[in-house]
Amino acid sequence: MSQSDRDLTEALADEVRQAHDSGIRLSLAGGETKPFLGRSVEGKRLSVREHCGIVHYEPTELVLTARAGTPLGEIHDLLAAHGQWLPFEPPSFASCATLGGTIACGLSGPARPFFGAARDFVLGVRLLDGRGQLLHFGAEVIKNVAGYDVARLVTGAQGTLGALLEISLKVGPLPPASETLTREEGLESSIRRLAELAAKPLPLSAASHDGERLFLRLSGTEAGVRAAANRIGGERLADPDAFWQSVRERTHPFFSLPGPLWRLSVPPATLAPPPGGGRLLLDWSGAQRWWKGSAEPTALWEWARSMGGHAALFDSGRCRLQPLDPGLFALHKRLKAAFDPKGILNSGRLYDSL
Amino acid sequence: MTPSPLASFLRGGGAQEAHGAASRSCSPQEILRRLRSAIPGCPVLSEPEELRPYECDGLTAYRETPLAVAIPESIAQVQEILRVCCALRLPVIPRGAGTGLSGGALPRSGGLLLSMARFRKILALDPLNRTARVEPGVTNRAISEAAAPHGLFYAPDPSSEVACTIGGNIAENAGGLHCLKYGLTVHNVLAVKILTPEAELLTLGAEALDSAGFDLLALFVGSEGLLGVVVEATVRLLPRPPLARLIVAAFASVDSAAAAVGKLIGRGFVPAALEMMDNLAIRAAEEFVHAGYPMDAAALLLCECDGPPEEVDEQIALAEEQLRESGAYFLRLSCSEEERLLLWKGRKSAFPAAGRMAPDYYCMDGTIPRRALPEALRRIARLSAEYGLPVANVFHAGDGNLHPLILYDASRPDELKRAESLGGRISELCVELGGVITGEHGVGVEKLDQMCIQFRAAELAQFHRIKDAFDPEGILNPGKAVPLLHRCAELGAMHVHRGTLPFPGIERF
Repeated sequence: MSQSDRDLTEALADEVRQAHDSGIRLSLAGGETKPFLGRSVEGKRLSVREHCGIVHYEPTELVLTARAGTPLGEIHDLLAAHGQWLPFEPPSFASCATLGGTIACGLSGPARPFFGAARDFVLGVRLLDGRGQLLHFGAEVIKNVAGYDVARLVTGAQGTLGALLEISLKVGPLPPASETLTREEGLESSIRRLAELAAKPLPLSAASHDGERLFLRLSGTEAGVRAAANRIGGERLADPDAFWQSVRERTHPFFSLPGPLWRLSVPPATLAPPPGGGRLLLDWSGAQRWWKGSAEPTALWEWARSMGGHAALFDSGRCRLQPLDPGLFALHKRLKAAFDPKGILNSGRLYDSL
Repeated sequence: MTPSPLASFLRGGGAQEAHGAASRSCSPQEILRRLRSAIPGCPVLSEPEELRPYECDGLTAYRETPLAVAIPESIAQVQEILRVCCALRLPVIPRGAGTGLSGGALPRSGGLLLSMARFRKILALDPLNRTARVEPGVTNRAISEAAAPHGLFYAPDPSSEVACTIGGNIAENAGGLHCLKYGLTVHNVLAVKILTPEAELLTLGAEALDSAGFDLLALFVGSEGLLGVVVEATVRLLPRPPLARLIVAAFASVDSAAAAVGKLIGRGFVPAALEMMDNLAIRAAEEFVHAGYPMDAAALLLCECDGPPEEVDEQIALAEEQLRESGAYFLRLSCSEEERLLLWKGRKSAFPAAGRMAPDYYCMDGTIPRRALPEALRRIARLSAEYGLPVANVFHAGDGNLHPLILYDASRPDELKRAESLGGRISELCVELGGVITGEHGVGVEKLDQMCIQFRAAELAQFHRIKDAFDPEGILNPGKAVPLLHRCAELGAMHVHRGTLPFPGIERF
């Protein structure tokens, strides 16, 4: 077996079973590129990284199945060789990011409002629950309503409901043409313009505002992109990939401004600014906003809730999520117990006592 | 021969028997009295002739009379109903328009049917954020009509879109002809307000594109009314494409049509819809609506492209070239909206058209990997001959979702049972070919036995734990969607007894 194709299911299941039997908490690890997306986890390290390899890929089926430790880059390369891609455009944050970590964190990039989120592309998973049982949910087909949709539930649960071992994804054909337009425009007028444009049948695939300029990406057939670009107008951006990569990977200069970073997930046409002064970078056509400013977390959470969304604070290398209502949190705890009765899988990663 | 799903549904109802025992401590009259006094002014039907319209959903072969039907019109009334039922441990079966095809809204004898039909208000339409906030009894069509002045529409279009309601769509994760491009219900709903069986109001999802914590919205969509009652939904609206054109392509063999599907998909765009019909379905449809389909074709592909005109023209050119290269001997491209609708009419009338060929038909639903299509159709033809029942096939070819229509005559002894049994074999075939037992109709009561083939005991047990986390008393739509483990054990024993466990070589998941 080659270095990039290893099935460690049994060894990993043994480890989780033993941890379950002796009540040892586990801290799940893939490429370890995203500790800042959650809270710190106390526990024995369980690495899934060596459990890797593409299990199944047939371009005409638009489905790919790979083990959790498979590097995201390997998947991008394979898909690109067949003119396909992951339309949810996940960020990786470092070259050693794995598929398992990406799906566990439910990460989606700039194309998200137009093509869908990571969870929209997850078709099936194999996972180890907190008892060390190997469970398989979903399948390798696009339409499937047999049983509860556990594969989508565990996407973004950051390993608290199970250790992902294998993931089946819907993939998509790479749009043949793409172009990015930019223009100088204020934030508020950009938000209004984005709301207008997104209601029109245009081949939009990303929309961002960096505080000074509006950036619009079009993807589709060549004629379709050209016609839309002529309709919308604006300057053509010379190196669009570098720009969208900087927004996706959070390497845009905005992210280096001093102070804690907030992620605001709000309805895209929200015009009200967050309380207190600060600077904003818009992605997802306005539905995901990065904010650098100082405010009491409770004030930000209250504001985000009143807008119909939620907010997360990234500070000192960790993340604090919007607190949940008591009824909803109680349901989270019951579900956690259903998957991980002893609370050994990444406990505390999302919330204290979960 | 496998027993009828209804018979086994009733037989396998261990959990429900427990509830039955609890609610038996109360007489039906006492239950009705408590319900009526809890919700004065809200209709609670209990006369036999009032109950009759509710005795089945779209899966009409299965009927059951509930104890009563409650038709509330406010969230507070639903809460009062749930409080009474929870206290009495009385099964509650939520129902939308009753168009479901797997018996998800089949009543329980002695249980309450909760009709959400009076929740028909569109509460808010937000053209800037492109969302609609609606009550669960609003139809898909009504949302699209309300959104039309803004150039927007609600995408999921199951064949019952004129009648089916959003609450039922959420319960079943409904799809439709255009879900290849626009996604299923789970991709088009942003938030739901639900009532737990204890009458607690929870919001899953948000008006934003995601929410904090677990993705409970994704778990809830498609949960067939077992996890909560939807009382409000916020759905995503999309810009209506200015142009749609349809190509009809005829093939001399199913294999070449199936190969064409794979090649089309590999060409860098996803058609808005990609449908296939086999010869029996083509003939039935053509004789019924005269859409202009070539009656001699072994298979017909319907490929629709939509979007801005420049994009559509380019995609149509690509698709036509590909279809010709794959051996299509007949191509027709719609040149007007009228022509497009006529060409669609044949496909959309496939079910009623089949209904003219036999007194009854049984519509199956399963998904297979596309590559397995020729084998699936060959094997279905063999099963059809074995059971002596004709099967017409319509197929959402783009996403591998197969809808065999089994033609039968319920007035002939045993024929319904044979049709069901043949249906069960087709579901098993889908699993064997690497697919699943249901792509969009749901499990309901219809496919409980097939769930035992799709999943192992460990996954089924996990489904029951999820149900317990939402509904510890097990009062919401009990006994549907997920079979009890002892039922699967009995079924397995039966299969072994017959000497052949289906597909011993494949992994069970």
